[in-house]
Amino acid sequence: MNELANLFDAALLSSTMRFATPLLLAALGGLICERAGIFNIALEGLMLTGAFAAVAGSYYAGVLGGVGAAVVAGAALAALYAGFVVGLRSDEIVVGIALNLLASGLTVFLLRALFGVKGAFQDPRIEGLGSVRLPLIEAIPIVGPLLSGHSWLVYAALMLVAIVWVVLFHHPLGLRLRGVGEQPDAAATLGVNTRRVQAAALIVSGMLCGLAGAQLSLGSVTLFVEGMSAGRGWIAVVAVLLGRAHPVGVAVACLVFGFTDSLGFRLQGRDIPSQLTEMLPYVVTLIGLAIINSRRAQQKGLQP
Amino acid sequence: MSTHRATQDGSSSSQLTQRLRPLAAPLLAVLGALVLGALLMLVTGHDPLAAYRAMFEGALGGRKLANLMATLARATPIVGMGLAITIALRGGYLNLGGEGQLVLGGLTSALVALYLPLPGWLLLPVSLVGGAVAGAAWALLATGLDRVFRVPLLIGTLLLNYPARYLASYLVNHPLRDVASGMSQTHRVPEGVELAYLVPGTRLHVGALMVLALVLVATWVVRRTRVGYELRMTGLNPDFARYGGINTVRLGFGTMAISGSIAGLVGAMEVLGTHHRFIDNALTAPLYAWTGLMAALLAGSSPLGVLAAGLFFAAVHTGGFGMERGAQVPRELSRVLQALMILLIAARSRLLTPTHRDAPAEKASSS
Repeated sequence: MNELANLFDAALLSSTMRFATPLLLAALGGLICERAGIFNIALEGLMLTGAFAAVAGSYYAGVLGGVGAAVVAGAALAALYAGFVVGLRSDEIVVGIALNLLASGLTVFLLRALFGVKGAFQDPRIEGLGSVRLPLIEAIPIVGPLLSGHSWLVYAALMLVAIVWVVLFHHPLGLRLRGVGEQPDAAATLGVNTRRVQAAALIVSGMLCGLAGAQLSLGSVTLFVEGMSAGRGWIAVVAVLLGRAHPVGVAVACLVFGFTDSLGFRLQGRDIPSQLTEMLPYVVTLIGLAIINSRRAQQKGLQP
Repeated sequence: MSTHRATQDGSSSSQLTQRLRPLAAPLLAVLGALVLGALLMLVTGHDPLAAYRAMFEGALGGRKLANLMATLARATPIVGMGLAITIALRGGYLNLGGEGQLVLGGLTSALVALYLPLPGWLLLPVSLVGGAVAGAAWALLATGLDRVFRVPLLIGTLLLNYPARYLASYLVNHPLRDVASGMSQTHRVPEGVELAYLVPGTRLHVGALMVLALVLVATWVVRRTRVGYELRMTGLNPDFARYGGINTVRLGFGTMAISGSIAGLVGAMEVLGTHHRFIDNALTAPLYAWTGLMAALLAGSSPLGVLAAGLFFAAVHTGGFGMERGAQVPRELSRVLQALMILLIAARSRLLTPTHRDAPAEKASSS
């Protein structure tokens, strides 16, 4: 019992938020694309690009420069995605895979070309995001450690959930976006430029993935490691599927994944080999998707 | 197929263009990527011409053609993985789990060779088969998740890579580690359970011939057999195929099993032919699975095309080492070049049928 209490303490909740935030930011980007009728599977590559740009920007121009660079880099790569998928009508899966590979190759190449290092880049000049303490909330048990003491991107991510929800369901922009995704012909008849909306959705998702990357490389650590997104972009893709592209559902899915991530991290401190705990988020993701998708199929009266 | 049509309808000159047309897009993509790569080198302060010259030499030259041999040795797993992906892609199944299947195949073959009490002559084939079975099992797990639990194949295959990698890493770091070696690896497989080298002094082993044979068999199967026809029909339009009496469920499981078993076999061949033990990250770090996937995408689901694309990408890889030695350009540029080629080829790609492609998105947005 005492053992359990030790395992599930306030620090676990706090690190849940830290782990969930990059997933959440990227998944919100995926959600916006999904609503516009585009299956964005480049979240992984966009996030990795953001993580690299954040570290590079922070190295040269301070933390704000880092966040700015991450957003711009994410947007640029997403604009390329949009050029192919929306402009040339290429296959979004193939282009997405190519972009993921491009991001992983390019970040490693630039790591060596710009900083002359292999594997990981760490430098005192890289400024981290720091942490924000919430004066009153901090004192409340459970809620305090859950909410206080994070980087400002964690709070931005939570606010973005609300903003995406409002825009999606209570603003003409959201109506247009959903129209393009659900009834593109009808939307076009009503004068909506569907291609522009889809391109915009992709670029916004690129910016969000850039932020996700910044949280990854400047949030709790201040370094870039080759391939540091490590499949998180794919978990974000799954979170969009699980949350049915609804901001609240997606947020819940991301928090659950963040929790398994942080639980795995915690278990490492208890003589369980890291290779086994690192498996946890992927296994939980697959099991969650299997349970929920098969149940949904049953509800629709489909034979599996 | 296409030669038939050409001889019937066309003159000899149109026959030639017809046969060359599939090559135009990949060649343009390669050219475009080289130009973009040159720009990137100029921006980062390198000399592109010197770099490409060093790359060419590094891929094909060397004393006694050593670099060419290195390219062929590297092409073996890349073509093998490309073939595994292509077989599935032809039926419209996107197998992104090649990496996990490769790793588990390699691991299993090493464990069979090390721990199964069999006579020496039997151990090599059993070890290879064990690798293939492990790869197939991992691919079938993803297929089952797709068919029974409606986890999109694309997602299921991809996510299963991570547990496979971590499991193998755990085993060779803890219970099955060769502690005396000081590295994260298993013990060395017994003598006689190794694939022989084709050219002494190089890393080119018998696996290269096995991959070549697999490519030829696959070409025959997809062009001349009923299963090949059914696979192509299913890839083009699964509903139509089902309507036409093809058992697409059985075909799907069968295809993914073949795809996974080839990937597992490639892992086994690399373990028994190159490393002679399972070394942590040795199969994942060179990105064999992902390069194979790129070869499959570049070749547009033709096994012979995969052979060509795989050889080419292997040359780009080994050329990358030459470029680093000869022109001080980080060899990771070869990864950028490859991704650019795929991106440019993807501009016109229609590889996946709409039905397969839309499945995940549809599940998410419908309520």
